Amino acid sequence: MIELSHVCKTFVQEAHGQDNPPEVHAVDDVSLSIQSGDIFGVIGFSGAGKSTLVRCINLLERPDSGSVKIDGVEMTSLSPLALREARKKIGMIFQHFHLMPSRTVFENVAYPLKGSGLSRAQIREKVQKLLTLVELEEKESAYPSQLSGGQKQRVAIARALANDPKVLLCDEATSALDPQTTRQILRLLKNLNEHLGITIVLITHEMAVVKEICTKVAVMEQGRVVEQGDVYSIFANPAMPITQNFIRTTSNLHKVDELIAENAKLTELQPGQLIVRLSYVERNVAEPVISYVSRAFNVDVNIIFANVELLQDSQLGGTVAIISGDRANVTKAIEYFIEKNVEVEVLKDARYSA
Amino acid sequence: MQDILLKLIPNVMKDLNILGRSILETLQMTGRAGLISFILGMLFGTTLVVTRRGGILENRVIYEILDKLINILRSIPFIILLFCLLPLTRFISGTALGVKGAIVPLVFGTTPFFSRQIEAALSGVDEGLIEAAQSMGNSSWEIIYRVYWRESIPAIARGTSITIINLIGLTAMAGAVGAGGLGNFAYIYGQQRNHLDDIYVTVIILILLVMLIQLIGNIVVKHNTH
Repeated sequence: MIELSHVCKTFVQEAHGQDNPPEVHAVDDVSLSIQSGDIFGVIGFSGAGKSTLVRCINLLERPDSGSVKIDGVEMTSLSPLALREARKKIGMIFQHFHLMPSRTVFENVAYPLKGSGLSRAQIREKVQKLLTLVELEEKESAYPSQLSGGQKQRVAIARALANDPKVLLCDEATSALDPQTTRQILRLLKNLNEHLGITIVLITHEMAVVKEICTKVAVMEQGRVVEQGDVYSIFANPAMPITQNFIRTTSNLHKVDELIAENAKLTELQPGQLIVRLSYVERNVAEPVISYVSRAFNVDVNIIFANVELLQDSQLGGTVAIISGDRANVTKAIEYFIEKNVEVEVLKDARYSA
Repeated sequence: MQDILLKLIPNVMKDLNILGRSILETLQMTGRAGLISFILGMLFGTTLVVTRRGGILENRVIYEILDKLINILRSIPFIILLFCLLPLTRFISGTALGVKGAIVPLVFGTTPFFSRQIEAALSGVDEGLIEAAQSMGNSSWEIIYRVYWRESIPAIARGTSITIINLIGLTAMAGAVGAGGLGNFAYIYGQQRNHLDDIYVTVIILILLVMLIQLIGNIVVKHNTH
């Protein structure tokens, strides 16, 4: 659907009186393949180049080198006219919505339909359909200044969908919204993906957004894609430190590290006890492993943190627990976890202390 | 009523016909020169905005030439500009006198200021709107009239009322050197004959005219701000 190969984009920073102004490699040799029907997340800290990358898809930024293919069509070699036609089939929404303030909701959604060959009545029908889709049919004569952030973004989505695009680019589309509104917008995007089959490319700095709706994710750092894959495997086995950092922001399983470092009361151990972090790293771990070990090996498992959720219909997350019991049994319990593809990290160990 | 007016402003009542003609001439000069400068101001102001660095039709050469030209024209005081333009005015209008002779210098005096007003107005349009329009497949021309112009109607109206009010001031100055209009009336009939009432009535009429233009501007702004 969307094929980026070896895309580079460099900006020259404005600086007076310098012979060699510093260059910024906003996008540095990025190759991505986005399949039809994907909700593809691109995550990175601000300045990582993700906004520039998404603009390279509809050529709002023209790459210095590399190829951008959409449905097999090389975007960089299109004539200006053909490029404008191609852009009509690529919807885009923005962090700050960018609605036209002098136009009503209706006029904003109708904006891209001018020159589409539709009659007035057809445009009216289409706009009303789009507004119904984003559940704003009663707001058609309101002005953007009269809407809340979430409503504005829904108008922007309706406008982006006006020309029946195959792709929707979302540039930090939820970053200016509160958590609840963010969830509503994400749910709407997911619906569009499922019901209209639209491919979504979503730029964000929030891992929670990726976790909520993306099927695939690419992690960007300093203009490069450092890691990509399907969301479950990235969350279960993040390879790069930056990815691990992002994932930590979405779960509380790493809070215990700080507590241990601070020697918090919760993490004080009796001799023979140990603290482990158990993480699901494979799909379909559905067995009740904790209650099983506690019965089978006669150990006590005291859960201090737990964070288990469904990601693409598989359990992801884990538990931080204090295990106590007979030394041999505890060891057997841990071996059992490993055998069941549960990742075990021993965080603090008092088994061998007197 | 007539008695009071005859007593209060005897000379004005005597020259009523001439005053009427003068008002008409001022309106003609303001209207014609204003319209031409508005068109040119929109053209140049828009050109400045789209050709500047980062603009949708970035063009260093055109921008620099236009920018410097406007600065040069704006730095010449109007009264001097009037004299400088005498040959050009005679060439274009056939005369340097009357309403006809005033249009060329008024346009030269107003267009640079108008262009800056339009430039400022269009610069107020959020860059994000331009990007959104580009992402929707708009051409540069569509972006100019559907986004830049349409979205800055209130700012353009504000700039236009300021400029037209300035222009009325310039017509009075042109009037003093032979262009007719209220300036001419106040100078010839008021100042030179020492008829103070002619001058005061002229002032009152000008105040009313300026208020009217500001009112129209405000109505346009209010109507287009949401």
